[in-house]
Amino acid sequence: MATDQPDRGLRGLPGGKQKYSAFALAKKAMNYHQDWQRAWRDAPPKDEYDVVIIGGGGHGLATAYYLAAVHGVNRVAVVEKGWLGGGNTGRNTTIIRSNYLWDESAAIYEHALKLWEGMSQDLNFNVMFSQRGVLTIAHSEHELREMSRRVHAIRLNGIDSEILGPSEIKKFVPIINIDQTIRYPVMGGFLQKRGGTARHDAVAWGYARAADDLGVDIIQNCEVTGLRRNGRRVVGIETNRGFIKTRKVGCVVAGHSSVVAGMADIRLPLASRPLQALVSEPIKPVLDTVIMSNAVHMYISQSDKGEMVLGAGVDKYNSYAQRGSFPVPEHMIAAAVELFPLLSRLRMLRHWGGIVDTCPDASPIISKTDVEGLYFNCGWGTGGFKATPGSGHVFADLIANDRPNSIAAPYALDRFQTGLLIDEHGAAGVAH
Amino acid sequence: MSAAPMFRKSAPEQICRAATGGRVDRRKPVSFTFDGRVLQGFAGDTLASALLANNIHLVGRSFKYHRPRGIIAAGSEEPNALVRVGHGARAEPNLRATQVEIYEGLYAESQNRFPSLKFDIGAVNSALQAFFPAGFYYKTFMWPASMWMTYEHVIRHAAGLGRVADDHDDPDRYEKTNAHCDVLVAGGGVAGLTAALQAGRSGARVILADEQNEFGGWLLGEADVTIDGKTAADWIADAVAELAAMPEVTLLPRTTVFGYMDHNYLTLTERVTDHLGERPAHLPRQRMWKVRAGQTILAQGAHERPLVFSGNDLPGVMLSGAVRTYINRYGVVPGNRTVVFTNNDDAYRTALALHGAGAHVVIVDLRRDLKGGVVKAARAVGIEIMSGSAVTIAAGTQRIARVEISPVNEGASAVLDDPIHMDCDLLAMSGGLSPAVHLHSQARGKLGWDERLLCFKPTTVHEASFNAGAGNGVFDTAKAMADGLRAGTAAATDAGFDIEAGTPPEVSAPQQNWRPLAAWKIANGKGEGEGPKAFVDFQNDVTASDVKLAVREGYQSVEHVKRYTTLGMATDQGKTSNINGLAILAESLGNEIPAVGTTTFRMPYTPSGFGAIAGRDIGELFDPTRLTRMDSWHRANGATFEHVGQWMRAWYYPQKGETMREAVDREVLAARTTAGLLDASTLGKIDIQGPDAAEFLNRLYTNSWLKLGIGKCRYGLMLKDDGMVMDDGVTTRLGENHFHMTTTTGGAAGVLDWMEEWLQTEWPDLKVYLTSVTEEWSVATLSGPNAGKILKAAGVDISLDPSDFPFMTMREAHIAGLPVRIFRISFTGELSYEINIRARYGLALWKLLMEAGATHGITPYGTEAMHVLRAEKGFIIVGQETDGSVTPQDLGMDWIVSKVKPDFIGKRALARGSMAAEDRKQLVGLRTRDRRTVIPEGAHAVLDPNQPMPMEMLGQVTSSYYSPNVGASIAMAMLKGGRALLGGTVYLPMLDGKVIEAEVVEPVFYDPKGERING
Amino acid sequence: MLVITCPHCGPREESEFSCGGEAHIARPLAESSLTDAEFADYLFLRDNPKGLFLERWRHAAGCRRWFNMARDTVTHEIVEIYPMGSLPSSKAGKAAHNDSWRRDTAAEAAAKPASSATGTRGGS
Repeated sequence: MATDQPDRGLRGLPGGKQKYSAFALAKKAMNYHQDWQRAWRDAPPKDEYDVVIIGGGGHGLATAYYLAAVHGVNRVAVVEKGWLGGGNTGRNTTIIRSNYLWDESAAIYEHALKLWEGMSQDLNFNVMFSQRGVLTIAHSEHELREMSRRVHAIRLNGIDSEILGPSEIKKFVPIINIDQTIRYPVMGGFLQKRGGTARHDAVAWGYARAADDLGVDIIQNCEVTGLRRNGRRVVGIETNRGFIKTRKVGCVVAGHSSVVAGMADIRLPLASRPLQALVSEPIKPVLDTVIMSNAVHMYISQSDKGEMVLGAGVDKYNSYAQRGSFPVPEHMIAAAVELFPLLSRLRMLRHWGGIVDTCPDASPIISKTDVEGLYFNCGWGTGGFKATPGSGHVFADLIANDRPNSIAAPYALDRFQTGLLIDEHGAAGVAH
Repeated sequence: MSAAPMFRKSAPEQICRAATGGRVDRRKPVSFTFDGRVLQGFAGDTLASALLANNIHLVGRSFKYHRPRGIIAAGSEEPNALVRVGHGARAEPNLRATQVEIYEGLYAESQNRFPSLKFDIGAVNSALQAFFPAGFYYKTFMWPASMWMTYEHVIRHAAGLGRVADDHDDPDRYEKTNAHCDVLVAGGGVAGLTAALQAGRSGARVILADEQNEFGGWLLGEADVTIDGKTAADWIADAVAELAAMPEVTLLPRTTVFGYMDHNYLTLTERVTDHLGERPAHLPRQRMWKVRAGQTILAQGAHERPLVFSGNDLPGVMLSGAVRTYINRYGVVPGNRTVVFTNNDDAYRTALALHGAGAHVVIVDLRRDLKGGVVKAARAVGIEIMSGSAVTIAAGTQRIARVEISPVNEGASAVLDDPIHMDCDLLAMSGGLSPAVHLHSQARGKLGWDERLLCFKPTTVHEASFNAGAGNGVFDTAKAMADGLRAGTAAATDAGFDIEAGTPPEVSAPQQNWRPLAAWKIANGKGEGEGPKAFVDFQNDVTASDVKLAVREGYQSVEHVKRYTTLGMATDQGKTSNINGLAILAESLGNEIPAVGTTTFRMPYTPSGFGAIAGRDIGELFDPTRLTRMDSWHRANGATFEHVGQWMRAWYYPQKGETMREAVDREVLAARTTAGLLDASTLGKIDIQGPDAAEFLNRLYTNSWLKLGIGKCRYGLMLKDDGMVMDDGVTTRLGENHFHMTTTTGGAAGVLDWMEEWLQTEWPDLKVYLTSVTEEWSVATLSGPNAGKILKAAGVDISLDPSDFPFMTMREAHIAGLPVRIFRISFTGELSYEINIRARYGLALWKLLMEAGATHGITPYGTEAMHVLRAEKGFIIVGQETDGSVTPQDLGMDWIVSKVKPDFIGKRALARGSMAAEDRKQLVGLRTRDRRTVIPEGAHAVLDPNQPMPMEMLGQVTSSYYSPNVGASIAMAMLKGGRALLGGTVYLPMLDGKVIEAEVVEPVFYDPKGERING
Repeated sequence: MLVITCPHCGPREESEFSCGGEAHIARPLAESSLTDAEFADYLFLRDNPKGLFLERWRHAAGCRRWFNMARDTVTHEIVEIYPMGSLPSSKAGKAAHNDSWRRDTAAEAAAKPASSATGTRGGS
């Protein structure tokens, strides 16, 4: 699964939209950038579509794009309550990797990683995918054993991964503290060089522009108020901008999945939890890779702007408030200062919260439902961003063919009845 | 800094310092260094005021275009004047010169420039800025794909602001404190002071915090206000004195309220010693306050808005209110030939202040019909006023030198006549005021647009909170104080204190109309995007054209504009740019400002130090370390340790020159040939009492517990309700209604929580009482053929004969007079005694046994040897063989799952069809073909090592060691359909490409019949 | 950060508590005739309302006692706190309990009557 290259569909902008390039930039500069056209049309809702995607985040826009680009389905609308990428797409810490423990996870995240590689060219939009490496630190003998298990599995899944000792880690990340006398010393780590980060907003915008180029209608400020059914089949969606007829609805509304599912009297095994993150003031480059630590519970990278980007795990209670409790960032910062003493004299610039829907087994749901024509893609927890292209790619396939492909199949809802879970808990205290 | 006096001689005089006036102490000169130049200011100066006193405006370079930038503000909203302060390990980047108090020897340098501030190579970006519009990087750097990392490397180094400290270990100390109060007042300006006084007089416990070094807010910068007949300065002094005298009031200057969270939880950072050259060792550098407030009063004042005109970012272009503050508060006159450019009355007070300080002033007012007190006052002193006009272009190289002034239409969207040119060295601009609603917004308070004042101000609150003063849209001094009085009264009352409404003080201040004229983007007589840039966000170099470009490209939601142009994302978080940006966005959308909306403000109000947030929760206090009572002995005897949860456990005891493998082999052999001694104190121990204790265990464990005899021990397996193994251990019946449970070391806390949860929430009808006794008992496990001899030698007072003391029983006894509980249970398969003793005797017992065993070959062994010994016997370790996805059947432990019990936790889940599937992972043993080769734990097994990637994996090796007793390598593994593979061969591909071949065997490698259990 | 009024200790910081998720989930007896699907409702399905949520909390760093809480997942307002084994008494709380889809699941029907009167993973 992980080896064959996914079908990327059409490259660039076959729809004939204005191309982006350094040359175009220079040309447009001559008349003060007055004639750049819109990145995507402000489409009014039509009466009917073949497929309606609810949720204009990265996953939803990617789904719409691949429906058009790979499956030739282009009577597609993406309806978004607010603004594109306003949910977790625009609120995450942009970490991308595929070094997961279980085969099913490795398959979908590696599928996604292959799509990340070359996404800027596919979409003619620089999403700044930066393969600066993701290094996961182990702080105890137990974690070293778990790490070894993980790396062996990852390698046999054909995914790059290597084990580093403390001194190699120090060489790779000069600012890290490898003093063996600290409470949880750095005992080792494993590195995925192909992992890294990307510019989160650009992912939403890039997919929107490319999907629009293929005829997809992108409809912002359009809130879904109901799902109209005829017996056990979807026939359309009610929105604040009127009824839209369609026989296929794909829901990709991280955080609010339970709410939308409720409109069809469907219940999902999800809990909506706050996920907090923060950035420091921008400084000149000091950290050129992504560092994760489950034991001290934090992850950190430095953005191209120079901000140190920090995240941790979810809060302990359900919430739809896009805000969490202070002890979480408080502990995250202590952990960060412990591993990177130089942070002590930096300052927090901006802090925010998102809502992630988490599954009992910390793995996503990509599934048909017992309502015909209604599909859900949710439950990505704290790890959804990295999966964006892969998630959209297999979800588009599921919707187009009304049956899951081999990558999506393990993520069907029935796993909660059989008990054949894909339990990534042990694998990731912070599932990044 | 000892050389300081010498500097004084060489330091140039402060040519822009007025002879008199201001709150600086002219008797206390202070020398400091900026970009290598030694300069002089006075005590009471900020770095900004001191630089301006020395006629230095150019202090930094902008983020994107590296344009020369000067000081524009006098407070925390400053976007430009960011400097790096301090040396070596104490250096700190990105500090605002307007907030840095100077002290003798202060060392500061400008940032984001190379090689120097005056000549910065990065400024080439400024020349090429036509090619770098908003979002340019999304449109390019894509070809060839392989080059992006190279492009990015360059971009990264061009970006970023300051450099971190040269030495990364922060030498300073930080503290945190929790506080509760009835009323927290954020902001100590007139409104805040009035509110705090009122609440304080009611007897309420009040905390008043202000980010500045002195209370008083912008009143500190007003020379034309008297309150109750006193000068502003005197009134402030009296107010602060009265507050200081109140026992229940805490005054926190230099303290920023940076976060406002649920249920009135607020976070503050107090800068305790940052302003001192010599830092007293007993004080922390900063202290974070975590305050739970009954009521809050937000009185943070307002921020003045710049005007958006071509060239408005030149050094020497400043905010009007800031100019006034520098004159009146710091006695600094930042220019001689000055232009005041305004859309409101307030700037006239600045003009008058400049005039009073001897500067030449021309007022350029966007408004037409000008009346009112301050206008008259300006005319009266002969200040030239150009009404209905705008500064259309400001010009100069590294400091403003001249301006073009033209008559403009209402709204300044069109130039009506040719400009006149005017030379100047300072431009004071005023675009009206924006209330600082940040904390209100953080706390989910709602905002409303005020058509008259052209600003967002608080409407409804979400928490127990009040807004007051300029922060509430009440700019007039008298009204702001009345507003503060109201808020103080209301907050105190809601907090449960009695207080008269009181009467606001008598205020005399210039008559002014607070309504500004709406004029957002000032036309420059050229086409859109032509002519010098007009900046909206100074620090991030976002221009009016950038905002319009974003709109043209369809980035029209305010959040999209912000993210596409980076408007408001700089370290000032848009304090001076938000409203201007919003207005220009609304304009280009042909929409109303309130319809466009505003972005939500988030913590922190101003950047807030990580050091203070981490406080002392780092180093050894990051997480507790748990040590057993025998720990000192282990250390004294050269043990190495491993982390097990919070515990430090003895891992192995290497003797001189021994490798780990040699040490562990020696320990393992001793435990089977003579005797080994293990410190097992970390095992979780739970005391269970009550008439229903047996019934409870019966529901908790998979096997049956009702008939367990008193004094008898039984091994139990605990499942989650999903049927997966969660913990195991031996539990002993001490009495009819009394049990002693042991759990895994890591699982102890979780198991107690688990048991309490079931008792309290599912079976409250059961009478069972739980106590964690992990710390009550020290445990020494004596194991091996000589175990009995050693116990006798140690002076045990009971018969150890197996018939008197059989396997899986417990006896109370004494060893050398010390009361002990001895459990005859075994994790090694050898004759074994787990001796529990009151914790405080743990070390004594250990030493006693070591002595008694000396002649019987007693050998202390650590956790590694323990692992090998139990693996030789095929005993599992929960968390090593299991990972939350393993059932008892998977472990081949059906024998422990009762078929007769009606119910136990996990029973129903085990009955699910999929749990019986043939291809589930099952526990097996592995015997390597090359018997010396030890498989690395975590290695995965396959049937065909030559298949293509991704390989079909059977499962992982969970435990693997060299067994000196078997004389070969042994391993346990969880393999798909493992039982069916018994006798077959599997292959384990290594990371280095080698492949290990192994036979699948039963997971018991030693004494399969268990004949050694009685020694 | 929430202030939670422990029924036994009084108002305390959220950081002293642990959250146990949805309240009032009846545990079906093992020998009951539940299908795997119906059992999965009990095991994995948790209510996730946007609005009032009846949940279980424990004063972990205090008296270690469990109790029930009705909290709004949007405003974070705590509407009521009531003992384990009892039902909400506020109007909103009652409605939330009675209207819950769980009231008519096979899993709840299969719970032993005794426990639905008393405990059941969070009080009735």
